[in-house]
Amino acid sequence: MLIDFFLTVRKYGVPVSITEWLDLLKALEQQLVFADMAEFYLLARLCLVKDEVHFDKFDRACAEYFEGVESLDLASLIPPEWLVPNLIRQLSEQDKAALQKAGGLEALLNKFRERLKEQQERHQGGNKWIGTGGSSPFGAYGFHPEGIRVGQQGSGQRRAVKVWDERQFADLDSKAELNNRNIKLALRQLRRFARTGATLELDLAGTISATSKQAGYLDLQFQRERHNAVKVLMLFDVGGSMDDHIEQVQQLFSAAHTEFKQLEFFYFHNCVYEHVWRSNKRRPQDLVSVQELIRTYHSDYKLIFVGDATMGPYEITYPGGSVEHFNAEAGAVWLSRLTRHFGHYVWLNPQPEEWWRSYASIAVIQQLMQQRMYGLSQDGLTQAIRTLLQK
Amino acid sequence: MAFQSTKDYIVSPELALAVNAAISLEKPLLIKGEPGTGKTKLAEQLAASLDTQLIQWHIKSTTKAQQGLYEYDAVSRLRDSQLGDSRVHDIQNYIKPGKLWQAFTAPKRPVLLIDEIDKADIEFPNDLLHELDQMAFDVYETGESIRAKVRPIVIITSNNEKELPDAFLRRCFFHYIRFPDADTLSAIVEVHLPGLTKTLLTEALELFFGLRDMAQLKKKPSTSELIDWLKLLLAEQIPAQALTQSKEKGGLMPLYGALLKNEQDVALVEKLLFMAKRAGR
Repeated sequence: MLIDFFLTVRKYGVPVSITEWLDLLKALEQQLVFADMAEFYLLARLCLVKDEVHFDKFDRACAEYFEGVESLDLASLIPPEWLVPNLIRQLSEQDKAALQKAGGLEALLNKFRERLKEQQERHQGGNKWIGTGGSSPFGAYGFHPEGIRVGQQGSGQRRAVKVWDERQFADLDSKAELNNRNIKLALRQLRRFARTGATLELDLAGTISATSKQAGYLDLQFQRERHNAVKVLMLFDVGGSMDDHIEQVQQLFSAAHTEFKQLEFFYFHNCVYEHVWRSNKRRPQDLVSVQELIRTYHSDYKLIFVGDATMGPYEITYPGGSVEHFNAEAGAVWLSRLTRHFGHYVWLNPQPEEWWRSYASIAVIQQLMQQRMYGLSQDGLTQAIRTLLQK
Repeated sequence: MAFQSTKDYIVSPELALAVNAAISLEKPLLIKGEPGTGKTKLAEQLAASLDTQLIQWHIKSTTKAQQGLYEYDAVSRLRDSQLGDSRVHDIQNYIKPGKLWQAFTAPKRPVLLIDEIDKADIEFPNDLLHELDQMAFDVYETGESIRAKVRPIVIITSNNEKELPDAFLRRCFFHYIRFPDADTLSAIVEVHLPGLTKTLLTEALELFFGLRDMAQLKKKPSTSELIDWLKLLLAEQIPAQALTQSKEKGGLMPLYGALLKNEQDVALVEKLLFMAKRAGR
């Protein structure tokens, strides 16, 4: 019963287990809802989905199961940089002239919107249309929030089946696969329990021995509680060639997030220079200087770099080598400042290890890291953790 | 015994379905959502409408799962043994039942609220897996086993500060309270502040949603803040025209302190409103 539905939901990457599916069947058996699509959708979501980041995937799964529409989610794959302001900058003089002939950008975009609307009403072939449109610079505009609506807008009548077409939870979908147990288990080895904080726990053994020393006169002893005391500082490479490895890195990130209480993370691009960023959008106001990192975080933090180390070797070794700004001191200088301060450090590289020899920059980083570069695989992670634990 | 909107609390149909499913299938219901969308209030209203006891367990960063079951007060027992108190022979005297124990032994099926579970240590939800699944636990000191006669209705709230473990999530139903739309909001306001003039409400809601749309705000105002603000507007007897005027002049709305809780946000809003006014001219 509903086995296909269960499989469809799983196909879309919603982590659903058999227990939850049985819950849904039980709820249906109790006739909590009866012969009502909208309510069935809500009930199924209640039982099967346990995090709002998966709501969007679930909506798409419903759309496929109930309407048989092959859905292709191009819209969310298109980077936001393709939006209008950039588009205009990208146009060559020739393009602009052609554009003028078509009645100006505004008119063209209007036509574009009209076409898109048409597409929606027929409710299929959207993929094909976006596919051809996507290759032209004008097509890209279609992915502007105003241009594209996957769901039907303002249908007035709230037909039940349309609820998931609205895809209200698209923003919440972080695309992170949260259930990578292997990574979590590997990271768990990094735990170091230590007694820190206030003395709150009764030390029974200590109390007994202290009491006996006092000839039976009660002498209470307290001790500090055990906490996972490991502190981790992670620096992530984002953008550029790292886009290919986004999924792996996100898994690592979300696993690290659940495992460590004291986790700090920052972002860099290609190589670490005098600044890192607090958020992966890398806005100027999020800048944090590396000197500040060194001042703020004590050397007992474990430092983990995550990056593919794939760039021009000059980006590491020469002043001014950065592709984004003029750096007065070479990336290598900054990297060794960090490694000198934090005694425990590793570099995790999502590139497959057999390719490492093909990149000169990887060799340079390997040397800077004293051969402490490991692949972002089960084995690599285990080895990296072992290195971090060495005194 | 279906749960519905009461005269003090507006429930969306989705939430009502979620609560009713959790009641009839006897599973804990995990509720997430922006702060101020009435997650904690739900449990209070549910207990009131079922006319039963509400047992609240507020979680703090130092809360341990064991504290919800029971605590063994070894210190007072040791002290009593020094003083020669006769109570010392029965270990039962030193075991203090926690919130879960209270819920399991309540005469009528109670509502147990585990509030802000994400505040606790990462191990906390894992330590409660068995207890919430079987609704039973053992007291090691006395060898006694506590088992729920009727499974309590468990409502768990989370503000998403930490991710909860999969094994824990698998045992719960999950509902995400979305921010209400304009219609639901006016219904909510009607419940809290009956007799608010229509024009003041529309003006206020317009300003409010305008604020929520500003993407760069550090803390977006929520329902409870809207209601506080409206209460203040009423108390100060600020007429609807004052709101319209402040919008036209491009300044901050009156009594903005109830909506904006951060001085950077105040500065930002002031700047944006000023720019909007200049653009409009």
